[in-house]
Amino acid sequence: MPKLTIDDMEIEVEAGTSVLQACERLGIEIPRFCYHDRLSVPANCRMCLVEMEKSPKPIASCAMPASEGMVIHTDSELTRNARRGVMEFLLINHPLDCPICDQGGECDLQDQAMAYGFDHSRFQENKRAVTEKYLGPLIKTFMTRCIHCTRCVRFADEIAGVPEMGATGRGEHMEIGTYIEQAITSEMSGNMIDICPVGALTSKPYQFHARPWELKRVETIDVLDAVGSNVRVDARGGEVMRVLPRLHEDVNEEWISDKTRFAYDGLKRRRLDRPYVRGADGKLKQATWSEAFAALAARLNGVPGDRIAAIAGDLVDVEAVVALKDLMAALGSPHTDCRQDGAAIGGGPRAGYLFNTSIAGIEDADAVLLVGANPRHEATLINARIRKTWLASDARAPLPVAQIGEAVDLTFRTQHLGTGPETLQAVADGAHPFFQVLKDAERPMIVVGMGALARPDGAAVLATARRLAESVGAIGDDWCGFNVLHAAAGRVGALDAGFLPGPGGRDVAGILNGAREGALDLVWLFGADELDMSAFGAPGEGPVVVYQGHHGDRGAARADIILPGAAYTEKAATYVSLEGRVQQARQAVFPPGEAREDWKILRALSEPLGHRLPYDTLAQLRARMVDLNPVFGRINTLVPVDWGAFGADGAMDAAPFVGPVANYYMTDPISRASETMARCVDEILGGQRAAAE
Amino acid sequence: MLKDDDRIFTNLYGWQGADLAASRARGIWDDTKALIALGREKIVEEVKTSGLRGRGGAGFPTGMKWSFMPKESRDGRPSYLVINADESEPGTCKDRDILRYEPHMLLEGALLAGVGMGASACYIYIRGEFYNEGSAVDRAIAEAYEAGLLGRNACGSGYDYDIYLHRGAGAYICGEETALLESLEGKKGQPRNKPPFPAQAGLYGCPTTVNNVETIAVVPDILRRGGAWFAGIGRARNSGTKVFCISGHVAQPCNVEEAMSIPLKELIERHAGGVRGGWDNLLGIIPGGSSVPVIPKDICDTVLMDFDSLKEVQTGLGTAAVIVMDKSTDIVEAIIRLSHFYMHESCGQCTPCREGTGWMWRVLRRMAKGRASIEEIDTLYQVTKQIEGHTICALGDAAAWPVQGLIRHFRPELERRILDYRRQAA
Amino acid sequence: MSLGAPAADDLQPASFAFTPENRARVETILQRYPADRQDSAVLPLLDLAQRQHDNWLPRAAMDHVAEILDMPKIRVYEVASFYTMLNKAPVAKHFVQICRTTPCWLCGSDEVERAVRETTGAAPGETVGDFTVVEVECLGACVNAPMVQINDDYYEDLDYHRTVQVLEALKRGETPAIGSQTGRHGSEPAGGATTLTKLRPAGTAG
Repeated sequence: MPKLTIDDMEIEVEAGTSVLQACERLGIEIPRFCYHDRLSVPANCRMCLVEMEKSPKPIASCAMPASEGMVIHTDSELTRNARRGVMEFLLINHPLDCPICDQGGECDLQDQAMAYGFDHSRFQENKRAVTEKYLGPLIKTFMTRCIHCTRCVRFADEIAGVPEMGATGRGEHMEIGTYIEQAITSEMSGNMIDICPVGALTSKPYQFHARPWELKRVETIDVLDAVGSNVRVDARGGEVMRVLPRLHEDVNEEWISDKTRFAYDGLKRRRLDRPYVRGADGKLKQATWSEAFAALAARLNGVPGDRIAAIAGDLVDVEAVVALKDLMAALGSPHTDCRQDGAAIGGGPRAGYLFNTSIAGIEDADAVLLVGANPRHEATLINARIRKTWLASDARAPLPVAQIGEAVDLTFRTQHLGTGPETLQAVADGAHPFFQVLKDAERPMIVVGMGALARPDGAAVLATARRLAESVGAIGDDWCGFNVLHAAAGRVGALDAGFLPGPGGRDVAGILNGAREGALDLVWLFGADELDMSAFGAPGEGPVVVYQGHHGDRGAARADIILPGAAYTEKAATYVSLEGRVQQARQAVFPPGEAREDWKILRALSEPLGHRLPYDTLAQLRARMVDLNPVFGRINTLVPVDWGAFGADGAMDAAPFVGPVANYYMTDPISRASETMARCVDEILGGQRAAAE
Repeated sequence: MLKDDDRIFTNLYGWQGADLAASRARGIWDDTKALIALGREKIVEEVKTSGLRGRGGAGFPTGMKWSFMPKESRDGRPSYLVINADESEPGTCKDRDILRYEPHMLLEGALLAGVGMGASACYIYIRGEFYNEGSAVDRAIAEAYEAGLLGRNACGSGYDYDIYLHRGAGAYICGEETALLESLEGKKGQPRNKPPFPAQAGLYGCPTTVNNVETIAVVPDILRRGGAWFAGIGRARNSGTKVFCISGHVAQPCNVEEAMSIPLKELIERHAGGVRGGWDNLLGIIPGGSSVPVIPKDICDTVLMDFDSLKEVQTGLGTAAVIVMDKSTDIVEAIIRLSHFYMHESCGQCTPCREGTGWMWRVLRRMAKGRASIEEIDTLYQVTKQIEGHTICALGDAAAWPVQGLIRHFRPELERRILDYRRQAA
Repeated sequence: MSLGAPAADDLQPASFAFTPENRARVETILQRYPADRQDSAVLPLLDLAQRQHDNWLPRAAMDHVAEILDMPKIRVYEVASFYTMLNKAPVAKHFVQICRTTPCWLCGSDEVERAVRETTGAAPGETVGDFTVVEVECLGACVNAPMVQINDDYYEDLDYHRTVQVLEALKRGETPAIGSQTGRHGSEPAGGATTLTKLRPAGTAG
């Protein structure tokens, strides 16, 4: 534990701490551009130079390990001169285009120039101009502004694991880019925009749309995957202008995936902004809320509960799910389910459907087996965490990661063991050598994805995976290495709420069959769009379909009654992430037009239906939720789970595991409505560079 | 003057062959086994006794540098010797002669130095432009392996030692030891932050010593003749022989091996035929390669060619490349060319060097025509000071010093041009 | 001519692969470096590729080297764009590099440049016929200044006329003697060596 003196204050720090970190611990701010907590340290910007006694030159505090007896001065003449000099060099070739720069108002260079810069320029030469680079549909470049900190290069290499960015050429001709122009193929490339300290990399969809000081910032939760990324939604008027990550070390650190960041334009398109009722002519017609409620009441009049069913979709909030559950119970329907994909999970112990290791816990794992899971596309930040763990492991004996299922590039080295249940069985039986790898590991992880569970033999797969976890010692007092990888943000919350078939109730497949067979008169699709809608027949033929949700997607297309709901940015709502973390989203903007928060819709229509739900306020509803499952009261906490039996014995099919996400950029009604995501499909997946560049 | 008998590089001019037989005839590879048998400690001690300081420019005591290498391998990692043959410092062409005419001396030195620091292999990093010189080294390596002098049981000593040639591809900065290591690892030649120093984590993260060609090539003679012999040449702390490169405005530019601490004037007059037009026609000299500041004639009159003497007059011995400029020289243009060199060779990672080298060059170019203000001379000097000492490697310093030397000693010339231009404009 | 930029698309060949002979050389080169440190071979391999491909490196060659070494392409591009000897665009049969740095300049590199320009018709940065001409920084032959490098070889102790002679010889398809063009053997003083004189074999220049 070296002890050093910084600005006359003594401090003892752990070995390996840098001088910069030691300064921060004392509350001393050290200006920097290239240094970033989560990236390697090149010490190339030279902004963090400080004076060190006995050294003739100032030292780069970010790269210098603190050592015993060091005496550092962060506010001496030498230090100040060094900073002023570096700042001047950074500015001589930096354009003075702050008024037209999207980074203006939230620019590190601007801020630090105020603190450490000269008030005038001594540079009389022409400034350097650098041609713009194409990096795909998400990142707009203004490379003349680039200060060559290389944060983006290191992010791509180290965090994203997609080494496509580089610094080519040398000296003052060094340029950041991909050399051969291409769209960056990372699912988390947008983070480069955040870490760029200047306006060289900016958001292409957001460009010239708003200034930071015009925006209302709302801290909330993302629902475009099940990670529960903490985000900040910036809105102006009633419009979401952008989505940015918010720091949560245990969830998303400071990153978000590109879908989380960029799909927000989907919130403004194809919205259901007023109720619709299908008329006698078979066409959907605009209606008032009371007309819609009346139509619904008429359709439900006299229908026995056994002929009513409800399916909750992938983006649903717990509040509305609980309200819908209560309403269905009041109507006497046992036919409720939240597993659109038919995944064989839920009902048993919570450990049977959670990512029990926790996201942060991944960093403790020493072996990983992925079964029918593609975390890169299903939960990008989980993948980033596995990569982080892999990267931090000893290069000579790296973290072993194996895949059973599709052989996908996860940005780190994996072993592909096989494609389906046969391989899983072999590992579980100890016949495959990877069994021993897991067995030898102290903290092995088994991650089972929907590609393995959302199939007819899912329960058997689940049971096999559970037994494997038990037999390799993945389940212990201080380690639970059994994990289910969810892709749907609403799923765990709905499972926790018990939105599952009641006694004698039908599951999703049963509901669809029931609809086909004429056993159901009304099916309530709450944000459920990923179903085979043909089961409901043409309008007027099958059951009455009620669609409650926010987008005119597949469900609404078939619906007879449409109840326009609120998207995640438009309501105060609870979501439970795949690791079982209960988090609350806040309202950033109002739902469009006549659309309303979903639980309020249910509460309002429960009266004309004659089953008034017993909560009038959000607080009352949340009390009801906690009553239903105390977990809902444990905000942002990982509640310890009990291990138990789940899954079911049975034969497994030979068919290979196929992941649920065929197209990362379009997985739900919001991203399907997003033009930005459509551009990603064209340019990143399709390699078609937009013509209007 | 150094006696021929005390000269190490007897084939400096390539009059004899560079092949193994010719080299043996000059005493190279003569009972090397016995020198290896001296053992690690004795070799280092002898080199320390010799007072040998690195010949690549920085002048760090060689024996001490070797002693930083770990005594025993931790976790089985090998140690490496890397020989810096990336000779690119303007004015410097001494290693070239060793590489093409005395490659076996270099290889024998590499083996003995390797024993001295406990290295198991050596990479010779040669600048790519030295294509023919590299081929000469390659031939020598092949001959030495063939003769059992290298490889397993080198020279029958029981010591296993490999030497590989690695060619660069055009980057002055790769002469900086950590940039050289980066380049050798297959990356851009961008200098590393220190610590860790190469002796702790160098090539492939293994303990590594990087030495200049000339430094390594003199080792066999030091061991054969004894460190005291070497230490007896030149002044204290500045001992030994040294290959000087004398270029520019002299009657007969040449390389010559001389005693350290020889007076600059004597060096030029004795070996290079004197300054063109006589000593009094001398304007100034860059005494140690482009990276050291120029000194005017009055200093050249008396200064000695060694580390300490040149440091006293705010310049340096550097690579001992003496660039002579007579009174016909456009001194501003001479320094502009060096500024252009550093701008061109800056790797680009550190802000002060990447931005500052181009700034200096552009200001100087204007100033050469007088299109500047007198105050800009001070600004330019401040810019050099903002670069100096603020970068990862010494290229920033090297870029700053020639400009500082110009302003320090030739400021009136800059002022004259500015005033002339103003007068003409008016 | 930008140092780092790749050649235009229409100049890029569709593919590149080492000849069997060079492929064998690749294997020899790889053996110089530890098995888990094969990235070290990137410069030798790029050099080999350039030698196989008329002295310039097309994109496909960089990609081929990246594939052999299992390196991300961008890392190879970074390297290729950093080093001046790797030509990213086509050059002519005779690649003339004129040293412009101070020691050569003091000794008349401007005259050498004039001679090159007048003899080949190409100014620095240009290609005319069989000659591509560039100005380069110090080539490390300063006591034999001024000098040029043409492909692999140094031509030293030049002046206007000796430069013309070298270039005219190349034009005629001859192979001019490399090294000093004044008859010096190496770096000894032109007027006769001041040292090592008794070691000088009879009949040797200098």
